[in-house]
Amino acid sequence: MMDEKLQSIVDPIKERFSALVYVYADEASLIIPPEMIVEACRVLRDEHHFELLVEETAVDYWPELKPRFHIVIRLRSLKHNLIIGMRVPLDGNFPSMPTLENVYPNANWFERELWDMFGIRFLGHSDLRRILMPHDWEGHPLRKDFPLGYEEPQYSFNFDEIDLRKPYAKE
Amino acid sequence: MTTMQEFEFPLMDGTLDGMTHLVSERAIEGDTVLLNMGPQHPSTHGVLRLLLELDGETVITCIPDVGFLHTGVEKNMEAKTYIKAEVMSDRLDYLNNLGNNLVYCLAIEKLTGLDVPVRAQAIRVILVELQRISSHLVWLGTHALDLAAMSVFLYCFREREIILDIFEMVSGQRMMTTYIRPGGLWRDVPDEFEQAVRQFLEAFPERIDQYESLLTKNPLFLQRTKGLGVMTQEDALRWGVTGPMLRASGLAHDLRIAQPYSGYEQYDFDIPTHTDGDTYARYVVRMEEMRQSIKIVQQALDKLPYGPVRSNNRKYVPPPRSELSTSMEAVIHHFKLWTEGFTPPKGSVYVGVESPRGELGVYLESDGGPKPYRIHWRTPSFMNLQTLPMLAKGNLVADLVALIGTADIVLGDVDR
Repeated sequence: MMDEKLQSIVDPIKERFSALVYVYADEASLIIPPEMIVEACRVLRDEHHFELLVEETAVDYWPELKPRFHIVIRLRSLKHNLIIGMRVPLDGNFPSMPTLENVYPNANWFERELWDMFGIRFLGHSDLRRILMPHDWEGHPLRKDFPLGYEEPQYSFNFDEIDLRKPYAKE
Repeated sequence: MTTMQEFEFPLMDGTLDGMTHLVSERAIEGDTVLLNMGPQHPSTHGVLRLLLELDGETVITCIPDVGFLHTGVEKNMEAKTYIKAEVMSDRLDYLNNLGNNLVYCLAIEKLTGLDVPVRAQAIRVILVELQRISSHLVWLGTHALDLAAMSVFLYCFREREIILDIFEMVSGQRMMTTYIRPGGLWRDVPDEFEQAVRQFLEAFPERIDQYESLLTKNPLFLQRTKGLGVMTQEDALRWGVTGPMLRASGLAHDLRIAQPYSGYEQYDFDIPTHTDGDTYARYVVRMEEMRQSIKIVQQALDKLPYGPVRSNNRKYVPPPRSELSTSMEAVIHHFKLWTEGFTPPKGSVYVGVESPRGELGVYLESDGGPKPYRIHWRTPSFMNLQTLPMLAKGNLVADLVALIGTADIVLGDVDR
């Protein structure tokens, strides 16, 4: 069940951005296409007082490719004491969406983390570098097709063979 | 797999290449000095690297470089069952272990619809508030130490030790407690618990006055903190700052009151705020928060109800040890829960709690299996640290130390 006040905010947004609404455990999530998300955030911030970007993260649904990722955005309104979620589906091939940095400046680090961890590009982002992983890291660790990284055991018969591809500082 | 080189985005390769968009024109011409501060530096409260562009002693740009403490907690949790993943939550914000346990368990409880007995809720509140005090004590001690007030540090750690002893008494561990479990607690608190907490409550308010007598009107401390790093209310909201930093800018937002959890609505306490938004205001707010926490613990202890401390729902909560020798059903549940784990329904939830640093949130998504499909920790330090470049601009290097201290970051919380 959704809060009445939240319902009154969700309904016009749903109309305006032809969004789908998904409710689980009294939390509402709007599914909004990537090209409309910046506008939706701007409307929520300016017209409905959602001042705080609580989080921006992603979920990887690999091996599904269309959509492969969902960007999960959560906004909080201090004035109404409400929280609203939005999900942006992105395809697996070169996933990208416009940056939210111009609406919520603190999206900067969230988006850097998403680039780092999921390889999602944010168009128009001012500083899209890796944030948590080393700058020369290959791949995006939180993708579901990225292995957790167990060490390959080396035996006498295949020691050199595995040693060649083992990622450690040689010399 | 796509690599970075395919895109036009700049690299972080240790030189200025790729970061020229972050520094001023003068740095490129060589007019200003680039200085590397950290990652091993006593005043960065962990392993934080700051790349500073300096004109004399004035900071022109400050570029934080985080990730040195990244342990891939989110990825690791995806590979463990819900119960086993909980031990990793202690290791995120290592000054707020019980708070991390709490938010993780609240998320699972919301996902599965588990009930928590009232006694467990009250004990949770007592422990989390004690944890808040101990976290603020570490902040106060290190912050004062950075500003050359050595003795405060020693006093703070003396009192923190008493709190850690209480944690050891209830959970067997000083820091990595994993005491709060989905559906309640690991076990009931021992008999000595109440007396130990009461002794602490009796002695502590006086100790806060002692700290204040050392700092609050100390001219050296005032000079170093007053008017430094002023953050306006608008800036704080724009940059997603929460917790004492937001409250010091004049906004009385506290999740314990705004969206109460674990029965916080029963307790009577105030939200300390300040209007100045500077380093001193944040000091005042945190000091007052410790007093309010004492008030909450006192109330919770006074009306601590009797009863069970974990839910009776055997599908999620392991049966008590005593049942294992008499009930086959209990053995089956015990075995299933510790090997396969429980399977919450498909769905996703977000839970936010007020940690000592701000809003600590967990986004938990379940695909109906025994392991979290995706878990994201929305950590307050990560957001609060992001404001450092803005606060540091135009200040002296010596004041940068105060600004890192006032943000109260924990690098385990930033890097996850």
